[in-house]
Amino acid sequence: MSNQHSEHEHNEQDHGERHHGTNDRAHDQGHDHDGHDHDHGSELPEMDLRVRALESLLVEKGYVDPKALDIIIQTYESKVGPRNGARVVAKAWADPAFRDWLLRDATAAIASLGYTGRQGEHMVALENTERVHNMVVCTLCSCYPWAVLGLPPVWYKSAPYRSRAVIDPRGVLDEFGVKVAEDKELRVWDSTAEIRYLVLPQRPAGTEGWSADRLEQLVTRDSMIGTGLPLSPADAKP
Amino acid sequence: MNGVHDMGGMQHYGPVNPEIDEPRFHAPWERRALALTVAMGATGQWNIDQSRSARETLPAAKYLSSSYYRIWIEGMSKLLLERGLVTPEEMKDGVMREPPSGNVRVLEAGRAAAALLRGTPTERKSDSAARFKAGDAVRARNINPPSHTRLPRYCRGKPGTIVIVHGVHVLPDKNATGSGEHPEWLYSVRFDAKDLWGADTTAASVNVDCWESYLEAR
Repeated sequence: MSNQHSEHEHNEQDHGERHHGTNDRAHDQGHDHDGHDHDHGSELPEMDLRVRALESLLVEKGYVDPKALDIIIQTYESKVGPRNGARVVAKAWADPAFRDWLLRDATAAIASLGYTGRQGEHMVALENTERVHNMVVCTLCSCYPWAVLGLPPVWYKSAPYRSRAVIDPRGVLDEFGVKVAEDKELRVWDSTAEIRYLVLPQRPAGTEGWSADRLEQLVTRDSMIGTGLPLSPADAKP
Repeated sequence: MNGVHDMGGMQHYGPVNPEIDEPRFHAPWERRALALTVAMGATGQWNIDQSRSARETLPAAKYLSSSYYRIWIEGMSKLLLERGLVTPEEMKDGVMREPPSGNVRVLEAGRAAAALLRGTPTERKSDSAARFKAGDAVRARNINPPSHTRLPRYCRGKPGTIVIVHGVHVLPDKNATGSGEHPEWLYSVRFDAKDLWGADTTAASVNVDCWESYLEAR
């Protein structure tokens, strides 16, 4: 998936220091998406110092093992991400028996591909069809299926998304540039418990006979949240 | 708690601005905040519901003006102080003055990867029968506890229908107070969006995970 590659490149650079609060719209100006913006918000130097001090204190007290911190960061920075979910979706598109299993017992079906654990302990897959479009939110905090999608993007945790996804999902989809047919039933899922939801998007037309590996290139992160659609074959990189 | 975190249905927070090719972290301290939150969460000093409760009881203006990783740090700082794991003086400058508290179960590097892959399942075995089944007509209770709950305000008192029976799960309302897990049957409840918002909605339905004690038959 092209967007995962570029995410990884950004991680290597990590110049993108900017304030991104739950209400961060004013700070988005000047963010040029190339990872080199220097739109420093006022909380950054303060938070940098504060978290350094806290980490050094917790390490000195022996409450945290610094090597465990490194493992946690490596895991969520370079191992667990939306490529996991894309594999699940592509396999469901290519293999009807796996699709049925995923819809019946998503936790087990997803675990069979090796994706388990934190913020993915109890999974449910929501199938988009000609009649139904599903969209996932956590209005109360930031619940998100880490095991298949990695850490949530800032917008998912932000007040604009959390507040409006349940009342005006079509308005929210407009802001993602996504049009869902007016006659489709738009179901919103609020992740209020420890159940984590993965949207199974509709398989794009014109992909008959494609392998799971090839189909995986069409699965975007947002299509698995319900705020996006899969790429069409024409959009996929050769 | 009817807190500022319970945002569903509020308006005028501005547009959702998806960031193209968003980096996983926007500042180096966010990596550390993630790792510290996960590592301290594994020490057994508090559970996830107590973490959530600590975050959502931050002062409302601070909650709204903080990035999400900052909310995590503020919540964890509060818990560290409340548990006596860190003193206020130590929190200020990061210099240790008091010896560590005794019974912290440290997440050691050797078992970190396995712990992440295992997670913290909340489903519990139970002999109790589920009161509701898929298709049953229910109503979310009109409750307004001043403490942690996962029943959003927007669906309280509203009619809904059971769509999924998830099994028996730890009840956050009790777990957040440290009074035990009190597991209950958990359901996905479908609320017709018109019942929640009248005509002013573009959703067909909103599905909310509700523990049995959040619900009554109708």
